[in-house]
Amino acid sequence: MTTLAVKTPRIGSLFKARELGIVIALVLLVAYTAIGNPRFLSGQSIRDILLNTAILAVMAAGQAVVVITRNIDLSVGSVLGVSAFTVATMMSARPGLPMIVALLVGIAVGAVCGLLNGVLVRYGRVPALVVTLGTLYIYRGVTYSWAGGSQVNADELPPHFLSFANDSLLGVPWLVLIAIVVVGGVSLMMRNYRAGRELYAMGSSPQAAELAGIKVARNLLGAFLLSGALAGLAGVLFAARFGTVDASAGTGYELNVVAAVVVGGVAVFGGSGSVWGAGLGALLLTVIGSALAVLDINQFWQQAIVGALIVLAIGADRLVAVRLARSLRKRDSHV
Amino acid sequence: MAATEAVLDVVDVTKSFGAVAAVQGVSFPLYPGEAHALVGENGAGKSTIVKMLAGVHRPDTGRLVVNGSPVDFAGPADAKAAGIAVIYQEPTLFPDLSVAENIAMGNQPLTRLRQIDRKAMRAAATRLFQRLGVQLDPDRPARGLSIADQQIVEIAKALSSEARILVMDEPTAALSGVEVERLFAVVRSLREEGAAILFISHRFEEITRLCQRITIMRDGKHVCTEPVADLSVDDMIRRMVGRDLSALFPKLDVPAGDVVLEVENLSRAGVFKDVSFTVRSGEIVALAGLVGAGRSEVMQAVFGVDPYDSGTVRFLGKRLKPGSPRAAMAAGLALVPEDRRQQGLVMELSIERNVTLPRARKLARLGLLLGTTERDEAYAWTRKLQTKLGRLTDPVGTLSGGNQQKVVLAKWLSTAPRLLIVDEPTRGIDVGTKAEVHRLMSQLAADGMAVVMVSSELPEVLGMADRVVVLREGHVAAELTRAEATEETVMYAAMGQKVAS
Repeated sequence: MTTLAVKTPRIGSLFKARELGIVIALVLLVAYTAIGNPRFLSGQSIRDILLNTAILAVMAAGQAVVVITRNIDLSVGSVLGVSAFTVATMMSARPGLPMIVALLVGIAVGAVCGLLNGVLVRYGRVPALVVTLGTLYIYRGVTYSWAGGSQVNADELPPHFLSFANDSLLGVPWLVLIAIVVVGGVSLMMRNYRAGRELYAMGSSPQAAELAGIKVARNLLGAFLLSGALAGLAGVLFAARFGTVDASAGTGYELNVVAAVVVGGVAVFGGSGSVWGAGLGALLLTVIGSALAVLDINQFWQQAIVGALIVLAIGADRLVAVRLARSLRKRDSHV
Repeated sequence: MAATEAVLDVVDVTKSFGAVAAVQGVSFPLYPGEAHALVGENGAGKSTIVKMLAGVHRPDTGRLVVNGSPVDFAGPADAKAAGIAVIYQEPTLFPDLSVAENIAMGNQPLTRLRQIDRKAMRAAATRLFQRLGVQLDPDRPARGLSIADQQIVEIAKALSSEARILVMDEPTAALSGVEVERLFAVVRSLREEGAAILFISHRFEEITRLCQRITIMRDGKHVCTEPVADLSVDDMIRRMVGRDLSALFPKLDVPAGDVVLEVENLSRAGVFKDVSFTVRSGEIVALAGLVGAGRSEVMQAVFGVDPYDSGTVRFLGKRLKPGSPRAAMAAGLALVPEDRRQQGLVMELSIERNVTLPRARKLARLGLLLGTTERDEAYAWTRKLQTKLGRLTDPVGTLSGGNQQKVVLAKWLSTAPRLLIVDEPTRGIDVGTKAEVHRLMSQLAADGMAVVMVSSELPEVLGMADRVVVLREGHVAAELTRAEATEETVMYAAMGQKVAS
């Protein structure tokens, strides 16, 4: 797929080649696993995979936006934790609240966390990696000290909250619907709206973005706010799906989310990649996990495989960049 | 021309950065339908003027008037809105986005749902390229475009935002002859359509061909604004460099010794080509030329910081391993870089640590650095260079610029090099310390050291150097002896003009 991209160095085909690669990998993996164990394609199995993908994909959509601006948000796992614990506590205290309130509160909690990240990155002039590593611990610490070792159990939560994870609309679980709407909506925003294109521009060349008069501060805050809000939304989905929530909910998720984004073809140096690619990345990672279980392969391999995929993805990006740079230099020397 | 209203009036603007006054009281008007040249030596303040017009810097005093009304730009967006488009020497495109997107960024055509209308955007780009008479695929990414094509895209961007004032900062610096012709054709047609163009260039033949009027700056001050036709190239150069030469730099006359450094046909694709020169012990050789001529790059390649493609570097008769600063240091070379904050010093470390850094290995006993040896060494050197400092344990960042430079020199002199390379040794240093640095360099040469000095300051070059190697666009344009080197001959060589008178 890489050589193809080099021969026609067009941004469109580059994207397509990259996302096509994920789709092909997915198809091969599913086909191979299904031949080994046909139960892999049963309704229940597919349903499980999609439900597991949903939470990761929602967070990956937000992360992709941040990474496209040449930043990173490592705090999403902790934001999920804050949001999940807040919403679970609220719903156990007031079981009568409708689901939509739970969703909105979770999104709001996440949005506040995300906004704080953005403010620190932009106005503190500190790299996002450092800021969000700090807030990763801060948000988690706040949740721990608030929870104080307690947890919210499924029997304390109202039934309509718990059943949300399993209810379906026209046979599609709500969780999956939400993930599709989020990934689709954010993709559309990034592809077809000015704000989205400005985010790509900022990641492609931060300096040029300032000189072009793009409202860099506003856009950057928006990107972090979106990532936080979606992690907050993911927190609500997490609480509804697993029922039992303690202060450690979502610990370590940030790495899965970043992995999904990178495997999905978003360049770590910003400026290129797509949100739906990140969604596909989330799906691929989840399918790998399930396939290994079904094929009875040691779970420890899963991490190694995910790691190899990340290295492969970044290696492919690097190769394209180096080849492009070389062909550019050759052209210049003829001048 | 004088009858029409000025589209832009720069009125008595001043801008200082810290204690350095970059621009002091510069005024000139810009009329529609003219190409106006802005010239001056390196550091004359042209770039600061450009950045004020671009909305990057705000003038401290004075004002900018666009179409008769005073403006105050809070940022680049304001300048853009006022109809000013700036094309920088290094184009500022978004490499990952398509050419059409680059052009439309900020004012993309929208559909009724406020989505970007890609079809209209592509059509607009195609129309602009037709108008400019160029063949470019609007769908390709900006990455990989040649500099010339990138500039065309920048011009298309300016046209799409209906800019009436086009500022071009050395647009031709990286272009070949054909590309310059194409650019000029485009600029001429824009001018005929009534746009005002501020054209910054070091190439006088371009100015005489393209521009109607010229503003000359020197040391941040306005020298004159006149019709280009009234000035000869000689006049322009004289007005650019003509500063008082009272502060001369005495270099002791030392008979040159053996050849220390031989650089032969050194080339690096796109940076410099076939550069040859020799340096003898006791000699100061200056590398002169304009910014971007490749002076620092050549010396960095000699020292091994940067690679080179072909050619040889011989030091004391032996071939120096390319690409290895460690080998260069071991052989007896020392490089004092241009940007001392970034490359020369570790600002947070103490003065003594900085001085002994390159020799840390030699000073160590059994792998341990003892404070006392470090301190003695540092004390000796800072005394020798008359560095003004509080305590040796203070962070080096607390010193003044001139004293920092002395610490950098101490650091390298303590390695007892046979060849010292100094890049802009007195940039940003006050006059008094400057003289001390010069005296020191002269003393070192008298003691038999060979010195290569990269400098943009002509008086320094003329005062200090035994020989001047002038680089222009990556090749040696002239090698002048001390007797031959004057402000005029060096500037002529640096700008690629033949000595006319």
